[in-house]
Amino acid sequence: MAAKDILTGEHFIHGDAACAEGGLAAGCRFFAGYPITPATEIAERMARRLPEVGGVYIQMEDEIGSMAAILGASWGGVKSMTSTSGPGFSLMMENIGLGMMTETPCVVVDVQRAGPSTGLPTLVGQADMMQARWGSHGDYGCIALAPASPQECFDLTAHAFNLAEIYRQPVFVMTDEVVGHMTEKVVIPPKDKLKIVERPKPAVARANYLPFDSSGPLPAPMAVAGQGYHVHVTGLTHDERGYPVITDVVQERNIRHIVDKIRKNAEKIIQVEMIDLADAEVVVVAYGCTSRAARQAIENLRKRGLKAGLLRLVTVWPFPSDLIRRLAEQAHTFIVPEINYGQVVYEVDRSTKGKAKVVLMALMGGSMHTPTEIEAAVGRYL
Amino acid sequence: MEIILRDLQPFDKKAVDEAIERDHGLHPYDKYLKPGRIPHIWCPGCGLGVVLTCFIEGVMRKGYSVDECAVVSGIGCSGRVAGYLEMDTYHTTHGRAIAFATGLALAKPDLKVTVFSGDGDLFAIGGNHLIHAARRNVDLKVICVNNFNYGMTGGQVAPTTPLGAKTSTTPFGNAEPGFNLPHLAHASGAVYVARWTTYHPRQLVDSICRTFDKKGFTFVEAIAPCPIGYGRPNKLGSGLDEMRYYREMSEVRNGVDPKDADITLGGKIIVGAFVDTERPDFLENYCSKVVAKAQQKSGGRPKGRAA
Repeated sequence: MAAKDILTGEHFIHGDAACAEGGLAAGCRFFAGYPITPATEIAERMARRLPEVGGVYIQMEDEIGSMAAILGASWGGVKSMTSTSGPGFSLMMENIGLGMMTETPCVVVDVQRAGPSTGLPTLVGQADMMQARWGSHGDYGCIALAPASPQECFDLTAHAFNLAEIYRQPVFVMTDEVVGHMTEKVVIPPKDKLKIVERPKPAVARANYLPFDSSGPLPAPMAVAGQGYHVHVTGLTHDERGYPVITDVVQERNIRHIVDKIRKNAEKIIQVEMIDLADAEVVVVAYGCTSRAARQAIENLRKRGLKAGLLRLVTVWPFPSDLIRRLAEQAHTFIVPEINYGQVVYEVDRSTKGKAKVVLMALMGGSMHTPTEIEAAVGRYL
Repeated sequence: MEIILRDLQPFDKKAVDEAIERDHGLHPYDKYLKPGRIPHIWCPGCGLGVVLTCFIEGVMRKGYSVDECAVVSGIGCSGRVAGYLEMDTYHTTHGRAIAFATGLALAKPDLKVTVFSGDGDLFAIGGNHLIHAARRNVDLKVICVNNFNYGMTGGQVAPTTPLGAKTSTTPFGNAEPGFNLPHLAHASGAVYVARWTTYHPRQLVDSICRTFDKKGFTFVEAIAPCPIGYGRPNKLGSGLDEMRYYREMSEVRNGVDPKDADITLGGKIIVGAFVDTERPDFLENYCSKVVAKAQQKSGGRPKGRAA
């Protein structure tokens, strides 16, 4: 039997392996990466799996090159991805900006460890969340997904490829060391049950094709190399044709387009899971591994008859500000456990507009919150 | 949050079309140039136009269609080459052209991918990508325009600036020796290495054509005048004077060991086709040593692009 690109069935694999399989299932056929704990297992799985399914794996000289290479592969017409952790994510920021400016679909998985700098290479962190949003210079829209289980590593990595194709930009899968190294059951559905967005070719002749059209809510279809469209792709400010134009007028259109395509479609992109929120007086907002502990804490609190709920962020960017604003009409306190000294909590605080108390439950990294700790923290406000 | 924005001026495709089509097609090379991109941004006396012309000549001589070729550039004066060519062209980040081109070439192996960039871009900020792409023998044709300085930013010291040469950041003369680019490319594993100056357009076209025949990583250094950034502080005169210098000081030594082709301030310039060798490129090795085994192990027939 030929090696399958989609390993339909039940598996017992870790989150990193599931990210790789999610990418392969979505049609990823090019991976460029650089070893880094705790993301190396994604690269290792890709090195084994890609040649089986007719793809190319390459270990680049650094993460700068890895990010550049996946952009190049994407313009070569192949779905591409890379994976890394904090130090590598920092190096990728330069070409993430190029990907944003040139509207290049691809997927970057960041298996977060504790930083800054080398930090705790083998231990968990969630402190790259703001870097994902703002890490490269200049303005751009951001999509970041935060899987909380190996199953979601599969599902959301595949979904990230779809979002990358629809919105034509790099999409981040912001997982963490705990989820990446956690082994659980992962169900890979049959091919016909998977929703895969294929890259459309431009429908118009070259004379009428505008590769960077900014007039609609979504980007134009992407003409890749060899299709005869002779697109000029530049990191310089460019007009709809792709020609560099160094004026404020074109900058205005260019940047508003790459920000607005996410901002104006945010409601379509945002995914959350709402647990016991209907009558919640205290809302825990969590994502990634932290949301697993929070889920247990909420279950315990409800058993005690206490009105606590969990808002689990599946997409962290764009941020569900409107939802939190509405919840702040009902809940008097929001508690945000995260493995950093305050990142996503700022968005929660901003979104409640002063109508609720916002509490950060911070850990600097290396371990995750226990359900007991979260339960006790929530209990203090109920 | 409310946002106050300036009125947007929409893209006027008709007006832009008219502007860029004006006069386009009058020159025999126009079919290789993107409509409306000329005049270029380069200074009078700059050598980049010569190297660009040589590249177009090479593509013409090989009879390639513009659909089969792609050009990737980094940042700097040489980085602007991509934007003028009527091909799929990519103007990437500073130093990363080779890494980007690696992905492009591996994703689309039937494409002829040329990397066109400058000495600072390819050998300072991008040096690591260059040596590794050469080691892997990725099928890339690198043309490095060497003007011995950072021209775009106004003439600062580069990794090619000879010892003692003046630039805006070495006002008393450069304390560092420059790289010998062919030697570095050769040592890193390039299968073809040549150096010419813009005084040698025919040889340059020959070398570019030869690189198209090669499978793997090739390197052509094109030494070019930069009368504004490098010529002025070093009192080399105009662009034409620099061309005279190339005529008088160049010594053609085909096949010479690149280690003997060092460049010094005011010294001879050894030019020629130095290295022309064969070894399997990245994809050939990947297919024969990796894909074949992986697919044999999984019991399938070879498939996909890499097959």
